[in-house]
Amino acid sequence: MSSAAVWMMVVAIGTVWGGLVAAVIYLARHPEEPDD
Amino acid sequence: MGSSSGQTEQRRETFSGRSAFIFAAIGSAVGLGNIWRFPYIAYTNGGGAFIIPYLVALLTAGIPLLFLFYAVGHRFRGSPPMAFRRLHPKAEMLGWWQVLVCFVITLYYAAIIGWAISYTGFSLSQAWGNDPGGFLMKQYLQVSDVTTVGFDFVPGVLVPLLVVWVATIAVLALGVQGGIARLSMIFMPLLFLMFGVLVVFALFLPGASAGLDALFTPNWSKLTDSSIWIAAYGQIFFSLSVGFGIMITYASYLKKKTDLTSSALVVGFANSAFELLAGIGVFSALGFMALQAGKPVSEVAASGIGLAFIGFPTIISEAPFGTLLGVLFFASLVFAGFTSIVSLLEVTVSAVKDKLGLGRVTATLVVGVPSAVLSMVLFGTTTSLNLLDVTDAFINSFGIVVVALTVVLTLSVGLNALPVLRNHLNEVSSFKVGRRWQAVVAGVTPIILGYTLINSLQQRLREGYNDMPGWFVGTFGWGVVISIIVLAWLLAKLAWSPNSALGQPDVDGQPVAGPILDDKLDAGRFGLPAGSAGGKS
Repeated sequence: MSSAAVWMMVVAIGTVWGGLVAAVIYLARHPEEPDD
Repeated sequence: MGSSSGQTEQRRETFSGRSAFIFAAIGSAVGLGNIWRFPYIAYTNGGGAFIIPYLVALLTAGIPLLFLFYAVGHRFRGSPPMAFRRLHPKAEMLGWWQVLVCFVITLYYAAIIGWAISYTGFSLSQAWGNDPGGFLMKQYLQVSDVTTVGFDFVPGVLVPLLVVWVATIAVLALGVQGGIARLSMIFMPLLFLMFGVLVVFALFLPGASAGLDALFTPNWSKLTDSSIWIAAYGQIFFSLSVGFGIMITYASYLKKKTDLTSSALVVGFANSAFELLAGIGVFSALGFMALQAGKPVSEVAASGIGLAFIGFPTIISEAPFGTLLGVLFFASLVFAGFTSIVSLLEVTVSAVKDKLGLGRVTATLVVGVPSAVLSMVLFGTTTSLNLLDVTDAFINSFGIVVVALTVVLTLSVGLNALPVLRNHLNEVSSFKVGRRWQAVVAGVTPIILGYTLINSLQQRLREGYNDMPGWFVGTFGWGVVISIIVLAWLLAKLAWSPNSALGQPDVDGQPVAGPILDDKLDAGRFGLPAGSAGGKS
């Protein structure tokens, strides 16, 4: 693999999977409220 | 329980919590397209450079549209026809249009899952021998030489198709939490695990690095080409299943206090995370295939049915541990497809259930059994492949795109519903949205969808479709997408059953949100006192 391809693969995985991890952490920090 | 009006009170089903909803929504979004469409779209649209328009599309269209449809479903607590009927007395037709788009897709989507079930079994013996293409067309599908609709059934296709329908009906009969959510909470982790194993396995195949090189080498010059931006928005749009009622339906089953936007962020990123994983797995395997054939990756790269049912069998026959690779790949297609078809059929089931005031099991059978029969009659025969091809192409280009465009324009420009929906999102969610959200929903989406529609229209009117006969394309392409609009209009004219939940309060006994009406335009027309219109808060 060329270095450009490796770099772009890392960027793609980092942004998309990183986004997923960040979204899950954000959700976990805001617990579900019970309905009244 | 009877209400004061003598109606049977329908207590709306709910997901047990937001995790159940998130798994179900990911199960719906992650489907066949993630596995067989995304890798090729990324490869042909700039490779590594595609990630930029792709992320922009996710953030400016995919996730904002998830917010929009979650808000509609959650605020108006209904299947698309009921949610739109409650949103505005004249908007019910939009809901039925979405339902009918889902209904048509369900009919042929079931067939492809049936093929994947067969191929999971074929992987064990590598039944396709050394000619996967011939095996698919001649032995398995027994494709007719004539492009028509016939009734020569193919038992090998019909039996797995029946299995898919029985399983789908069974899951839906078990209800929102016991069926849909439970299925997704088991199948989604399993799918990520199976595909993860497949990717690790594919990465160790000889030639995998050449495949990844082809997929990720950036072609930066393509970024100035509008076509890759359209491709990125198209991929995000189709992949997330936004715009044709699924997310409205699922969000209607959420408890009243649910963090909608934060849930949508998880769903949007999880869908993309899976398709990126699929891209890595598929192109590693294609790199191996290219090495074996002594060809460049560009000559073996493919998408769709050709990739799954011809390309992968070729790889499976040649790869070490090919049987394992085959079972993992086709079982992943089955798992991804099954959670999606459950969501597609649920849209129709919930619409009929709401309109007629039926119970869960009755509504599932009333919708599921005729759908299964129709699906098997049309797609269990020797003429199924061309029919599937033309229906899929037209329902995507002119069904999903047109209904989504119409709905977004109606909600934004027509009814000015976005401020109310934004307030609703912010009342229940921790991740707040502002005017920028309204701007991208009302601005970006219609432009991209409109441009895509005009392009597709020009191409189809100029070229027809794949040299298929005019009558065939006219009936099963144009005919289907036009007739569902007429049918949606007729269904919206039908009276709601007295047993329907339309006029009933929400699960907590509180009234469901009032319609979004324009005080000046609508209050008089619908006999409401000025200022009572619920939308301008």
